[in-house]
Amino acid sequence: MTNQDWEEGGPERFFVITRGRDRQQDAAGFDLVTLIIARSRPEPTMQPEHAAILRICGSPLSVAEISAYLRLPNSLVIVLLTDLIAAHKIEARAPIPQAALPDLSLLEAVIHGLQRL
Amino acid sequence: MDFSGSEPVRGPGEAELLPATVAAAVKVVVVGGFGVGKTTLVGSVSEIRPLTTEETMTEAGVGIDDLAGVERKSSTTVAMDFGRITISDQLVLYVFGTPGQERFWFLWNGLFEGALGAVVLVDTRRLEVSFDVLGRLEARGVPFVVAVNSFPESPLHSLDELRGALDLPPHVPIVECDARLRDSSRDVLMALMRYLYELAAQPVG
Repeated sequence: MTNQDWEEGGPERFFVITRGRDRQQDAAGFDLVTLIIARSRPEPTMQPEHAAILRICGSPLSVAEISAYLRLPNSLVIVLLTDLIAAHKIEARAPIPQAALPDLSLLEAVIHGLQRL
Repeated sequence: MDFSGSEPVRGPGEAELLPATVAAAVKVVVVGGFGVGKTTLVGSVSEIRPLTTEETMTEAGVGIDDLAGVERKSSTTVAMDFGRITISDQLVLYVFGTPGQERFWFLWNGLFEGALGAVVLVDTRRLEVSFDVLGRLEARGVPFVVAVNSFPESPLHSLDELRGALDLPPHVPIVECDARLRDSSRDVLMALMRYLYELAAQPVG
Protein backbone atom coordinates (compact mmCIF):
# COMPACT_ATOMS: atom_id res chain seq x y z
CA MET A 1 0.00 0.00 0.00
CA THR A 2 2.78 2.38 -0.95
CA ASN A 3 1.06 4.19 -3.75
CA GLN A 4 -1.23 6.47 -1.83
CA ASP A 5 -3.56 8.28 -4.12
CA TRP A 6 -6.09 9.00 -1.45
CA GLU A 7 -6.17 11.44 1.35
CA GLU A 8 -4.61 10.26 4.59
CA GLY A 9 -7.47 9.46 6.95
CA GLY A 10 -10.00 9.72 4.15
CA PRO A 11 -12.94 7.37 3.73
CA GLU A 12 -11.19 5.31 1.02
CA ARG A 13 -8.39 4.36 3.34
CA PHE A 14 -10.87 3.35 6.03
CA PHE A 15 -12.74 1.25 3.51
CA VAL A 16 -9.54 -0.65 2.77
CA ILE A 17 -8.70 -1.17 6.44
CA THR A 18 -12.10 -2.67 7.15
CA ARG A 19 -12.28 -4.38 3.75
CA GLY A 20 -15.49 -2.57 3.14
CA ARG A 21 -17.42 -4.01 6.01
CA ASP A 22 -20.11 -1.85 7.43
CA ARG A 23 -19.26 -0.64 10.88
CA GLN A 24 -22.81 -1.07 12.11
CA GLN A 25 -23.01 -4.81 11.61
CA ASP A 26 -19.96 -5.36 13.80
CA ALA A 27 -20.38 -2.62 16.33
CA ALA A 28 -22.49 -4.54 18.83
CA GLY A 29 -21.14 -4.74 22.30
CA PHE A 30 -18.23 -2.30 22.28
CA ASP A 31 -18.37 0.92 24.26
CA LEU A 32 -15.85 3.77 24.20
CA VAL A 33 -14.62 2.49 27.55
CA THR A 34 -14.67 -1.26 26.94
CA LEU A 35 -11.21 -2.38 28.08
CA ILE A 36 -9.12 -4.46 25.68
CA ILE A 37 -6.21 -6.71 26.65
CA ALA A 38 -4.05 -8.60 24.15
CA ARG A 39 -4.12 -12.36 24.56
CA SER A 40 -1.69 -13.05 21.76
CA ARG A 41 1.44 -11.57 20.20
CA PRO A 42 1.35 -9.68 16.92
CA GLU A 43 2.30 -11.85 13.95
CA PRO A 44 4.07 -10.67 10.78
CA THR A 45 1.26 -11.98 8.59
CA MET A 46 -1.36 -9.91 10.34
CA GLN A 47 -2.95 -6.78 8.97
CA PRO A 48 -0.79 -3.95 10.41
CA GLU A 49 -3.70 -2.41 12.28
CA HIS A 50 -4.46 -5.71 14.04
CA ALA A 51 -0.80 -6.11 14.95
CA ALA A 52 -0.65 -2.55 16.28
CA ILE A 53 -3.63 -3.17 18.54
CA LEU A 54 -2.03 -6.31 19.99
CA ARG A 55 1.23 -4.43 20.48
CA ILE A 56 -0.24 -1.56 22.48
CA CYS A 57 -2.73 -3.66 24.49
CA GLY A 58 -0.24 -5.50 26.67
CA SER A 59 -1.93 -3.64 29.54
CA PRO A 60 -5.65 -2.87 29.42
CA LEU A 61 -6.61 0.01 27.15
CA SER A 62 -10.05 1.42 26.43
CA VAL A 63 -11.46 1.45 22.91
CA ALA A 64 -11.16 5.25 23.02
CA GLU A 65 -7.44 5.04 23.85
CA ILE A 66 -6.83 2.55 21.04
CA SER A 67 -8.62 4.92 18.66
CA ALA A 68 -6.42 7.78 19.90
CA TYR A 69 -3.13 5.90 19.58
CA LEU A 70 -3.97 4.44 16.17
CA ARG A 71 -5.45 7.74 15.00
CA LEU A 72 -8.41 5.89 13.58
CA PRO A 73 -12.10 6.63 14.10
CA ASN A 74 -13.72 4.87 16.99
CA SER A 75 -16.20 2.89 14.91
CA LEU A 76 -13.43 1.65 12.65
CA VAL A 77 -11.41 0.49 15.64
CA ILE A 78 -14.48 -1.45 16.76
CA VAL A 79 -14.53 -3.32 13.45
CA LEU A 80 -10.88 -4.27 13.95
CA LEU A 81 -11.54 -5.33 17.53
CA THR A 82 -14.42 -7.49 16.40
CA ASP A 83 -11.99 -9.38 14.12
CA LEU A 84 -9.54 -9.87 16.97
CA ILE A 85 -12.24 -11.07 19.34
CA ALA A 86 -13.43 -13.59 16.75
CA ALA A 87 -9.85 -14.82 16.37
CA HIS A 88 -9.45 -15.06 20.18
CA LYS A 89 -6.51 -12.65 20.05
CA ILE A 90 -7.87 -10.18 22.61
CA GLU A 91 -10.01 -10.13 25.70
CA ALA A 92 -12.66 -7.44 26.14
CA ARG A 93 -13.80 -6.28 29.58
CA ALA A 94 -17.19 -4.64 29.26
CA PRO A 95 -17.97 -1.43 31.15
CA ILE A 96 -20.10 -1.73 34.23
CA PRO A 97 -23.63 -1.92 32.89
CA GLN A 98 -25.65 1.11 33.74
CA ALA A 99 -29.12 0.51 34.97
CA ALA A 100 -31.34 3.53 35.39
CA LEU A 101 -29.20 4.54 38.32
CA PRO A 102 -25.71 3.43 39.23
CA ASP A 103 -24.93 1.13 42.06
CA LEU A 104 -24.17 2.83 45.39
CA SER A 105 -21.03 0.83 46.05
CA LEU A 106 -19.70 1.77 42.62
CA LEU A 107 -20.26 5.46 43.34
CA GLU A 108 -18.64 5.09 46.75
CA ALA A 109 -15.60 3.56 45.07
CA VAL A 110 -15.38 6.44 42.58
CA ILE A 111 -15.78 9.07 45.32
CA HIS A 112 -13.10 7.36 47.37
CA GLY A 113 -10.80 7.21 44.37
CA LEU A 114 -11.30 10.89 43.54
CA GLN A 115 -10.60 11.88 47.13
CA ARG A 116 -7.16 10.36 46.80
CA LEU A 117 -6.30 12.43 43.73
CA MET B 1 5.42 -1.67 10.83
CA ASP B 2 3.30 1.30 10.01
CA PHE B 3 0.08 2.26 8.31
CA SER B 4 0.21 3.23 4.66
CA GLY B 5 3.46 5.11 5.08
CA SER B 6 2.29 7.10 8.08
CA GLU B 7 4.34 7.28 11.24
CA PRO B 8 4.50 4.23 13.52
CA VAL B 9 1.87 3.77 16.19
CA ARG B 10 3.03 4.99 19.55
CA GLY B 11 1.29 3.29 22.44
CA PRO B 12 0.99 4.39 26.06
CA GLY B 13 4.15 5.28 27.96
CA GLU B 14 5.38 3.27 30.94
CA ALA B 15 3.71 5.63 33.39
CA GLU B 16 0.42 5.45 31.52
CA LEU B 17 -0.17 1.71 31.78
CA LEU B 18 -3.21 0.47 33.65
CA PRO B 19 -2.77 -2.40 36.07
CA ALA B 20 -3.78 -5.72 34.51
CA THR B 21 -6.23 -6.19 37.37
CA VAL B 22 -8.52 -3.38 36.18
CA ALA B 23 -11.76 -5.18 35.52
CA ALA B 24 -14.05 -2.43 34.30
CA ALA B 25 -14.35 1.20 33.34
CA VAL B 26 -16.94 3.90 33.87
CA LYS B 27 -17.25 7.24 32.09
CA VAL B 28 -18.51 10.75 32.58
CA VAL B 29 -19.00 13.38 29.90
CA VAL B 30 -18.12 17.07 30.17
CA VAL B 31 -20.28 19.20 27.89
CA GLY B 32 -20.14 22.90 27.25
CA GLY B 33 -19.79 25.50 24.53
CA PHE B 34 -16.68 26.23 22.54
CA GLY B 35 -13.84 27.67 24.60
CA VAL B 36 -15.53 27.09 27.95
CA GLY B 37 -12.65 24.99 29.27
CA LYS B 38 -13.69 21.37 28.71
CA THR B 39 -10.27 20.35 27.49
CA THR B 40 -8.65 22.24 30.34
CA LEU B 41 -10.79 20.42 32.89
CA VAL B 42 -10.15 17.02 31.32
CA GLY B 43 -6.42 17.75 31.23
CA SER B 44 -6.22 18.93 34.81
CA VAL B 45 -7.84 15.82 36.34
CA SER B 46 -6.37 13.25 33.98
CA GLU B 47 -3.49 11.02 35.06
CA ILE B 48 -2.49 10.60 31.43
CA ARG B 49 -1.71 13.20 28.84
CA PRO B 50 -5.17 13.86 27.38
CA LEU B 51 -5.88 11.90 24.22
CA THR B 52 -8.13 12.56 21.28
CA THR B 53 -10.49 10.05 19.77
CA GLU B 54 -12.50 10.75 16.69
CA GLU B 55 -15.53 9.54 14.87
CA THR B 56 -16.56 9.95 11.29
CA MET B 57 -20.15 10.82 10.62
CA THR B 58 -21.83 11.13 7.30
CA GLU B 59 -23.59 14.40 6.72
CA ALA B 60 -26.75 12.35 6.40
CA GLY B 61 -26.25 11.26 9.99
CA VAL B 62 -25.64 14.80 11.09
CA GLY B 63 -29.01 15.72 9.68
CA ILE B 64 -28.44 19.39 9.10
CA ASP B 65 -27.92 19.58 5.38
CA ASP B 66 -30.49 19.10 2.74
CA LEU B 67 -29.17 16.14 0.84
CA ALA B 68 -31.85 16.01 -1.81
CA GLY B 69 -30.18 15.15 -5.07
CA VAL B 70 -26.75 14.68 -3.52
CA GLU B 71 -25.27 11.43 -4.77
CA ARG B 72 -22.16 11.24 -2.67
CA LYS B 73 -22.32 11.47 1.09
CA SER B 74 -19.58 13.62 2.54
CA SER B 75 -18.17 12.67 5.90
CA THR B 76 -17.36 14.85 8.87
CA THR B 77 -14.81 13.96 11.48
CA VAL B 78 -15.62 14.88 15.04
CA ALA B 79 -12.82 14.78 17.61
CA MET B 80 -13.20 14.46 21.35
CA ASP B 81 -10.60 14.85 24.09
CA PHE B 82 -10.55 12.52 27.04
CA GLY B 83 -8.57 11.71 30.12
CA ARG B 84 -8.36 8.91 32.64
CA ILE B 85 -8.33 8.46 36.40
CA THR B 86 -7.49 5.13 37.97
CA ILE B 87 -9.97 4.74 40.80
CA SER B 88 -8.64 1.49 42.21
CA ASP B 89 -6.82 -1.61 41.00
CA GLN B 90 -10.23 -2.77 39.76
CA LEU B 91 -11.85 0.34 38.37
CA VAL B 92 -10.95 3.19 36.03
CA LEU B 93 -12.86 6.39 35.25
CA TYR B 94 -12.73 8.07 31.83
CA VAL B 95 -13.64 11.72 31.41
CA PHE B 96 -14.73 12.77 27.92
CA GLY B 97 -14.90 16.38 26.77
CA THR B 98 -17.37 16.81 23.94
CA PRO B 99 -16.55 18.63 20.73
CA GLY B 100 -17.24 22.31 20.34
CA GLN B 101 -20.04 22.06 17.83
CA GLU B 102 -23.18 21.50 19.83
CA ARG B 103 -24.96 19.65 17.09
CA PHE B 104 -22.52 16.73 17.29
CA TRP B 105 -22.72 15.92 20.95
CA PHE B 106 -25.81 13.84 20.82
CA LEU B 107 -25.06 12.16 17.53
CA TRP B 108 -21.98 10.39 18.81
CA ASN B 109 -23.32 6.88 19.26
CA GLY B 110 -22.60 5.48 22.65
CA LEU B 111 -21.15 8.62 24.18
CA PHE B 112 -23.95 9.11 26.70
CA GLU B 113 -25.10 5.50 26.79
CA GLY B 114 -23.69 3.99 29.93
CA ALA B 115 -22.23 7.28 31.17
CA LEU B 116 -22.62 7.73 34.92
CA GLY B 117 -23.57 11.33 34.32
CA ALA B 118 -22.47 14.62 32.82
CA VAL B 119 -20.90 17.90 33.85
CA VAL B 120 -22.25 20.98 32.07
CA LEU B 121 -19.41 23.48 32.06
CA VAL B 122 -20.75 27.02 31.85
CA ASP B 123 -19.11 30.28 30.85
CA THR B 124 -21.06 33.13 32.44
CA ARG B 125 -20.15 35.39 29.54
CA ARG B 126 -22.10 33.11 27.22
CA LEU B 127 -24.89 31.58 29.24
CA GLU B 128 -27.19 31.21 26.26
CA VAL B 129 -25.05 28.38 24.83
CA SER B 130 -25.99 26.23 27.80
CA PHE B 131 -29.75 26.16 27.38
CA ASP B 132 -29.78 23.72 24.50
CA VAL B 133 -27.40 21.35 26.31
CA LEU B 134 -29.39 21.37 29.53
CA GLY B 135 -32.58 20.64 27.63
CA ARG B 136 -31.05 17.77 25.71
CA LEU B 137 -29.55 16.14 28.79
CA GLU B 138 -32.87 16.39 30.59
CA ALA B 139 -34.67 14.89 27.60
CA ARG B 140 -32.22 11.99 27.54
CA GLY B 141 -32.46 11.41 31.26
CA VAL B 142 -28.71 11.93 31.77
CA PRO B 143 -28.12 13.21 35.33
CA PHE B 144 -25.85 16.24 35.43
CA VAL B 145 -24.34 18.94 37.59
CA VAL B 146 -23.53 22.46 36.41
CA ALA B 147 -20.02 23.81 36.92
CA VAL B 148 -19.29 27.50 36.40
CA ASN B 149 -15.77 27.98 35.13
CA SER B 150 -14.41 31.24 36.46
CA PHE B 151 -12.66 33.42 33.95
CA PRO B 152 -10.91 36.57 35.17
CA GLU B 153 -13.15 38.82 33.08
CA SER B 154 -16.37 36.96 33.91
CA PRO B 155 -19.16 39.13 35.24
CA LEU B 156 -19.84 38.38 38.88
CA HIS B 157 -23.01 36.43 39.49
CA SER B 158 -24.09 34.56 42.53
CA LEU B 159 -24.78 30.88 42.00
CA ASP B 160 -28.40 31.58 42.88
CA GLU B 161 -28.61 34.16 40.12
CA LEU B 162 -27.10 31.71 37.69
CA ARG B 163 -29.48 28.97 38.77
CA GLY B 164 -32.33 31.32 38.03
CA ALA B 165 -30.87 32.44 34.71
CA LEU B 166 -30.37 28.82 33.62
CA ASP B 167 -33.77 27.82 34.97
CA LEU B 168 -32.17 24.92 36.83
CA PRO B 169 -34.39 22.76 39.00
CA PRO B 170 -33.58 23.12 42.72
CA HIS B 171 -32.18 19.59 43.02
CA VAL B 172 -29.49 20.04 40.34
CA PRO B 173 -26.18 21.02 41.96
CA ILE B 174 -24.33 24.09 40.68
CA VAL B 175 -20.72 24.65 41.67
CA GLU B 176 -17.95 27.09 40.82
CA CYS B 177 -14.61 25.88 39.56
CA ASP B 178 -11.32 26.84 38.05
CA ALA B 179 -10.81 24.23 35.36
CA ARG B 180 -7.06 24.88 35.30
CA LEU B 181 -6.67 23.53 38.82
CA ARG B 182 -6.64 19.83 39.46
CA ASP B 183 -8.28 20.03 42.89
CA SER B 184 -11.02 22.28 41.60
CA SER B 185 -11.75 20.04 38.61
CA ARG B 186 -11.64 17.01 40.88
CA ASP B 187 -14.21 18.68 43.14
CA VAL B 188 -16.53 19.11 40.16
CA LEU B 189 -16.41 15.36 39.52
CA MET B 190 -16.95 14.77 43.24
CA ALA B 191 -20.03 17.00 43.14
CA LEU B 192 -21.38 14.90 40.25
CA MET B 193 -20.67 11.63 42.09
CA ARG B 194 -22.30 12.85 45.31
CA TYR B 195 -25.35 13.98 43.35
CA LEU B 196 -25.56 10.60 41.62
CA TYR B 197 -25.23 8.95 45.00
CA GLU B 198 -28.13 10.98 46.35
CA LEU B 199 -30.24 10.09 43.33
CA ALA B 200 -29.39 6.41 43.63
CA ALA B 201 -30.02 6.36 47.38
CA GLN B 202 -33.49 7.84 47.04
CA PRO B 203 -36.24 5.36 47.61
CA VAL B 204 -38.00 4.50 44.39
CA GLY B 205 -41.20 6.50 44.39
